[in-house]
This record gives sequence, structure tokens and C-alpha cells, in this order.
Amino acid sequence: MTSLRILVPIKRVIDYAVKPRVNATKTAVTTSGVKMSMNPFDELSIEESVRLRERHKGAVADILAFSAGPAKAADTLRTAMAMGADRALLVELDEKRAGESDLEPLAVAKLLKEVVNGEGCNMVICGKQSIDDDSGQTGQMLAGLLGWGQATQAAKVEVQGDEVLVTKEVDGGEEVVRVKLPAVVTTDLRLNEPRYATLPNIMKAKKKPMEKKTLADFNVEFKKRLETVEVIEPPPRQGGGKVDSVDGLISRLKELGAI
Amino acid sequence: MTPARLIIRAIRRPGSIIHPFQRPVLLRLGGQRFNTTESHERPATTATATTSQKKQVRLTAESYPNIKRDSRFAKLTSEDVAHFSSICPVLSAESDDIEAFNTDWMRKYRGQTRLVLKPKSTADVSEILKYSNSRSLAVVPQGGNTGLVGGSVPIYDEIVISMNSMNNIRSFDPVSGILVCDAGVVLETADNYLADQGHIFPLDLGAKGSCHVGGNVATNAGGLRLLRYGSLHGTVLGVEAVLPDGTILDDLSTLRKNNTGYDLKQLFIGSEGTIGVITAVSIICPQRPSAQNVALFGVNTFEKVQETFIRAKRELGEILSAFELMDDTSQRCVAQVTGKKRPLDGEETKFYVLIETSGSNKEHDDEKLEKFLMALMEDETIADGVLAQDETQARNLWSWREGIPEVCGHWGGVYKYDVSIPLKELYSLVEDVKARFIEYGLLGEGEAVVDVVGYGHMGDSNLHLNVPVRSYDKRVEEVLEPFVYEWIQKRRGSISAEHGLGVAKREYVQYSRGETELSVMRSLKNHFDPKGIMNPYKYIKT
Ligand SMILES: Cc1cc2nc3c(=O)[nH]c(=O)nc-3n(C[C@H](O)[C@H](O)[C@H](O)COP(=O)(O)OP(=O)(O)OC[C@H]3O[C@@H](n4cnc5c(N)ncnc54)[C@H](O)[C@@H]3O)c2cc1C
Ligand SMILES: Cc1cc2nc3c(=O)[nH]c(=O)nc-3n(C[C@H](O)[C@H](O)[C@H](O)COP(=O)(O)OP(=O)(O)OC[C@H]3O[C@@H](n4cnc5c(N)ncnc54)[C@H](O)[C@@H]3O)c2cc1C
Repeated sequence: MTSLRILVPIKRVIDYAVKPRVNATKTAVTTSGVKMSMNPFDELSIEESVRLRERHKGAVADILAFSAGPAKAADTLRTAMAMGADRALLVELDEKRAGESDLEPLAVAKLLKEVVNGEGCNMVICGKQSIDDDSGQTGQMLAGLLGWGQATQAAKVEVQGDEVLVTKEVDGGEEVVRVKLPAVVTTDLRLNEPRYATLPNIMKAKKKPMEKKTLADFNVEFKKRLETVEVIEPPPRQGGGKVDSVDGLISRLKELGAI
Repeated sequence: MTPARLIIRAIRRPGSIIHPFQRPVLLRLGGQRFNTTESHERPATTATATTSQKKQVRLTAESYPNIKRDSRFAKLTSEDVAHFSSICPVLSAESDDIEAFNTDWMRKYRGQTRLVLKPKSTADVSEILKYSNSRSLAVVPQGGNTGLVGGSVPIYDEIVISMNSMNNIRSFDPVSGILVCDAGVVLETADNYLADQGHIFPLDLGAKGSCHVGGNVATNAGGLRLLRYGSLHGTVLGVEAVLPDGTILDDLSTLRKNNTGYDLKQLFIGSEGTIGVITAVSIICPQRPSAQNVALFGVNTFEKVQETFIRAKRELGEILSAFELMDDTSQRCVAQVTGKKRPLDGEETKFYVLIETSGSNKEHDDEKLEKFLMALMEDETIADGVLAQDETQARNLWSWREGIPEVCGHWGGVYKYDVSIPLKELYSLVEDVKARFIEYGLLGEGEAVVDVVGYGHMGDSNLHLNVPVRSYDKRVEEVLEPFVYEWIQKRRGSISAEHGLGVAKREYVQYSRGETELSVMRSLKNHFDPKGIMNPYKYIKT
């Protein structure tokens, strides 16, 4: 089996148990003072990489966790290393500089391409989307830029020789795709159940190497192509009403044109 | 909210995937079983017992044949109903479905009231009691009806005074953090209101979505935050109550300090509706912590659990907000019933401890907690552990503690005790009870007793002893009682740590209280309620 050098991109996002609030100027979601955690899809990616290592003894030579984000993203990378990544690379973004606060998927894909080439990775396992922007584009763009094959929305990943077999859940059943390494795989929710960070592993993670860079270290153009017009809350759910009887229910449904 | 966020919440939440938004209220239990029905065959004991089939709840009067209707009490007439109707809205058995007011939350106790009163003001309550007292009509104050000892429902035809309609927040002072609200405000409503102001209600428990602030005070509820914020005896600053003769006692102080005479409000805290109806409460609420952490770890011996507790207090100090103990059996039960993967997959340890910290500075707390945990790992006080990396993991870890009461009922039924024991011997009760079941040949494959489970609020010396059984069995009860009570008595523990007395424990108070204490209590009761109309047949025998 091909020796795997896996890159796992990770994003620090508002914790998925926290209800996001739109800022006063309706330009973004408020993040200050809000609990931040690893994008859940990225947890799945880390978990899957570690499981590949556990399943195929000696086959996974390197698991590199990568994040482009604020200085605090270092904590998220430590979590990834506590889960089993070998090392981390943080591209520290300067939130105050225009264009650095919110990298677009294409910019991230370009960054990742540089990392892949610089680090000699032959497999990228990334989330199919991040739960803050829901763009769902990075993996695909990266595969395009690299000229690699891609298998998206993985519910199961098997490596066989120099090929990856990916099962994805589609309408009405499962679809299995086969892709030749090097490849990009994006992860879907039912892929696995991420492990907890154990205390011994948290300790070990503190000693694992974390390299820090800035955007200036990369030969990439980070021009903004998207403009956010407005960010608004979803309409509040309408409260339910009570009816007295079955007849009452039927006439109400008719009133609403539902039957 | 993005769609992915919604889906993840639905899939990743502890327990179910049904309501992505609601907090799993029913998962946060303090030590009880619910949504279940008492089996008819089972004789009355103080232990909560449950079966899975949904049957009509047995009348309390039948389960407790020794409790006879007190003939001093008048029977309700149509004139009485007419009079009450002139005071406030009423529900009567003739025209409304009032079953919910007669049956308790565990579906273990059922009364026979014909009338439910829904006062809207303190003046209404005063009118109600004045009239009831003059007519010798017995009453039961009822809050959210989540009490676990049968105190909130009648036994015979006592009139239910439901506090549901008294639900206004009266005032909040953001500087002092003092909240004044009607007794019928639901705990969660109060807490949400406080959250908007950056504060927190100093009490949290599984029933928060239903129980009333007044009911919490009436039962002196303990719950999950006691370790951090202390008991209601310290946080409640004032109480407004109506005495049985209709007198309004306005001790609704909003002062932290008030050394002007006897502290009357204290008598109402934990009085379980026996000396008056609480109509409003004033309570001091702390700032809401902005950072929380949860860790769960395995410990091999109870000595090491105690050492961990001492060090947690010393090294985590002001940020420690929960220290919960769970034994190996309890965790095996949760794993077996829920089918969830255990958070620690190494070698099993005898005990598991869940620690929560709450503070104002995330980095500060993280650093403190990590240092503490690493030191414990290094000198092998704890065997293994995990630290939640996000909110959902934190909730999942909590579910291994909060899910215990429910899973214990899985095999058919469960006997439950909520007791206080001096910390040093907290767990010995579990071992001793288990040894007895083995000695009597009742424990094991195919036997009545599935196992003996111990867990609880270690930080408060509060143990929940649970005995999951395949079926209710007189022999099991004979092994348990009076053994458990005598055991507690010998160590000067309490047979009811946080759930109160109600009907369930009134026969057993003497195991925790001396005759002198009981006689002072009786004279207090008699002083406030000479006709005995307030929540009769419960609490202590008069
Ligand atoms: C899932 C669950 C978890 C729980 N967890 C805990 C826990 O962790 N810790 C703990 O201590 N308890 C716990 N409890 C029990 C707890 O005591 C009650 O939930 C709560 O405090 C009672 O409030 P209530 O409004 O439901 O009162 P009710 O059940 O309606 O009444 C309880 C008693 O108080 C009296 N009463 C109620 N309101 C008034 C009033 N206004 N004036 C005078 N008397 C009144 C009633 O007559 C009755 O005797 C739990 C219960 C459940 C169902
Ligand atoms: C310099 C100074 C500073 C103080 N600072 C404070 C302060 O910061 N905060 C504060 O609250 N108070 C303060 N006080 C007053 C405080 O109440 C007393 O100092 C102390 O609490 C009383 O204790 P004592 O043993 O001296 O009681 P005593 O003065 O002897 O008695 C006080 C009362 O208690 C009764 N009493 C005493 N012992 C018993 C007993 N065993 N059983 C029954 N009744 C008993 C007595 O009959 C009397 O009514 C201060 C006093 C002084 C002199």
C-alpha cells in the first residue's frame, strides 16, 4: 500500500451547540465572547486519518493538521494533535487586515495546494463544508487546482493499494466511488464518531511540533471575489395553535389551503 | 443558523435526535426515574419503584392503607365551590380533566381531589386559605408537580392550590443581582430571564423546565450547582407567604443582611407546604459564568477519589462547580442500555468522576484545569481521563452522569435512596448493600436484583443508591429495609438528602432526627397550622 502523507485542514468556528447571533450592522455573525470549537466535519477528518493509521499499521507516515485562522486556532490544532495528528501548521491571519479575516474557499484551496506541494502530501481529508459559511467548495477546488481525483461526502473510507474506495450516502442508497491516490476526500457526518481527547494524549500533544506562518509566506493571491450583501436571522418559528376537535382541525387545514 | 449546524446538532446531541433545539430537560435528572408507572403488585416502600407498562397509577390511599382520611376535615360542598369560584379560576372534577393535578411526576402517587384552585395574586391565596381554614377544608399547595416524594399531590380529597397562574417576575436589580418573583415562575423561565441580564439562578436541576421557584424553595432543592452556589438557605433573602388562616407574612426582604429578629423565611425553606403557601421569593443571583469546562476521569479506589476531591477544592478553588461520582456499575448500565461508546476506552476503573469548572476567563480556567489534571495523571491519582473539547462533548460527558437514573429502570424496576453520608463512608453503603444481596442469594443472572449502583453529588456528600431489579420482590425489600435506614442512622447521615419527606419518607424521619427535634417540629407545625389543613398526612407525623 502507498505510504500515506495526509493533510487535514481544520477550521475554528462557533461551537455547534451555540446559537449564532447576527451583529448589529448585519454584516456577519458575532464571534467575540462566543465559544469557538473545531468545525465538526474536521473532527471527522482527523478521526478518519487516525483510524486509517490504526487499521493499516505503518501505512500512514504523516498526519498534518493545518489551519488558517486567528492565533487562537492554535488551540484547535492542539485538539487535533490530541486526537492523533502528528504535527500542525498554523497560518496566522491578521483579523484587522482587510481580506484576512474571512478567507474565501478559493483562497483556502490555493493555500492548501501550496502546503500539499511543500509538504509532499498525497492525500487530503477535509470536511465537506464548515458550519459557519456552509460554502462546501474547498475540497473540490483543491482537487481541481492539484489535478487530483476527488471523492466527496465520504460515509466510509477504505484504502486499497494505491486506491481509495469511498462510500457515500445518496438518495435511495449508497454510491461507491474509487479514486486513485493522490486524492482529496471530503467527509460527511456519518463517517465515524470522533474520539475524546484523553489526558495522556493532551499531554503528548503539547510536545508535538506546531509551525507558524503568515500569508506573506505563500505565493498566493488573496483577492476577494465575493461580497456579503447582508446577514439576517432566519424568521422566527411561528407558534402553534390549538384546535378543539377533529372537525376543527380539518376546517383549519382547509382554511390554510393545506387540504 | 446554517443547515449543517442544525443537522449536526440533531445528530450529535446526547440521547435523542428528536428536538434539535430543546435542552434535554428530562435527561438532567437529580436521581430519579420517570415516565413510568407503579406496578399494582408492589407493596408500598419508600424506594421509588417503576415498571415500564403504562397503567393507571395506584391511589396513594391504597398503597398506604395505614393513612386514614382525617375526619376533622370537612367535605367539599357546592357552596364551597361557588365561594372559591368567586375568588379565582377553578377546575373541578365535574367539568374538567384534573387528573394531572392528582398524579405526581413519577406516576407513583395519586390523590382524589375534586377541586383545583388557580389563584392569580397573593390576595387570592389569602382569601382561599382564610375560607379553607374557617371551614376546615384541607389543601395541598402545588408548584410544578415535579417533587419526588409524593408531597405535591393530595392523598384524599384535599383541595389543590396550583401556583401556575402566579408567574410574574416582580423585579431584578442588576447591581446587587437580587431577583424578586412570584412563587409560580418556572425555574427555567427565571434562569432565561437572568441569562439576558448576565446572571444565573443559583440552582439548577433536571426538572427546571417544569418546577417552580416556589416549589424549589418549599422543598429546599439542592441540584447540580449546590457545590458552587450553596443551598437556598443562603441564597434566598426573603419569602412572602400566606399562613393557614389567611394572614400574609411579608418577609420579602431584598437585603443581604437583616439581623432584626428571628429569621422567619428560613422556616419556609424546605417546609413542603405544611405551614403556609409561599407566594413570592427574593433570591440573590450570581454573575453567569462565561467559560465552562467538563472533564471525566477514571479512579481506581475511593481513597483516591477523596484525594482528588481535596485537590480539586484546593487547586481549582473558586472555579469548581461540580464534582460528581459514578461507580463502574453505573457506567456499565448506561453503556448497556444506551448502546453508546464509553468516553474512556482503556481498562475499566472502579470509579468515575465528572468535574465541571465555571469561571469568567476561559484561558485562565483552561490552564488551571489542565495543570490540575496533568498533575493527577502524573502521580497516578487518576488512571485515565478525557477533557471535553467543545460544548457537545461537554454535554455528552454529562449524559454519562445524568443518564444513570433513567437507565437503572431498564430491567423492570428500581429501588432508589437519596441519602447524605459523611464523605469518608459515602460509598461503603453501596458495598454493604451489595454484600447483603449476595449473602441472601438475590443478586445475579436470573435473580431479582440486577446489580447495586452508586452515584451522586460527591461534592455535597450526597449519594444516590439505586438497586435495579428485574421485578419487585418482597425479599429484596426485606434485605433493603430497615437495613439502609439503620446504616444511615449509625453514621448520623440523612435518609433524605435533597428530595424531602412528603409521603415517601415520613415514616422514617426518626432515623435522622431525634425525638426532641421532632417534638419541636410538631409544636412549630401546630403553632402555624392548628387545624392541620396544610398538606396533611405528610412530612412528619403530627
Ligand atoms: C427530573 C427531576 C430532577 C430533579 N433533580 C433534583 C435535584 O437534582 N435536586 C433536588 O433537590 N431535587 C430534584 N428534583 C426534585 C425537586 O425537589 C423538585 O423538582 C422541585 O424542587 C419541586 O418543585 P415543584 O415546583 O415541582 O414543586 P411540587 O412538586 O409541586 O411540590 C413539592 C412540594 O412543595 C410544596 N410546594 C410547592 N409549591 C409551593 C408553594 N408555592 N408554597 C408552599 N409549598 C409549595 C408542595 O406542597 C410539595 O410538598 C428533581 C425532580 C425531577 C422530576
Ligand atoms: C471590634 C469589634 C468589631 C466587630 N465587628 C463586627 C463585624 O464586622 N460584623 C458583625 O456582624 N459584628 C461585629 N461586631 C459585633 C459582633 O456581633 C460580636 O463581636 C460577636 O459576633 C459577638 O460574639 P461574642 O461572643 O462577643 O458575643 P457576646 O457579645 O458575648 O453576646 C452577644 C449576644 O449573643 C448572646 N450570646 C452569646 N453567646 C451565646 C451563646 N453561646 N448562646 C446563646 N446566646 C449567646 C448574648 O446573650 C448576646 O445577646 C464587632 C464587635 C467589636 C467589638
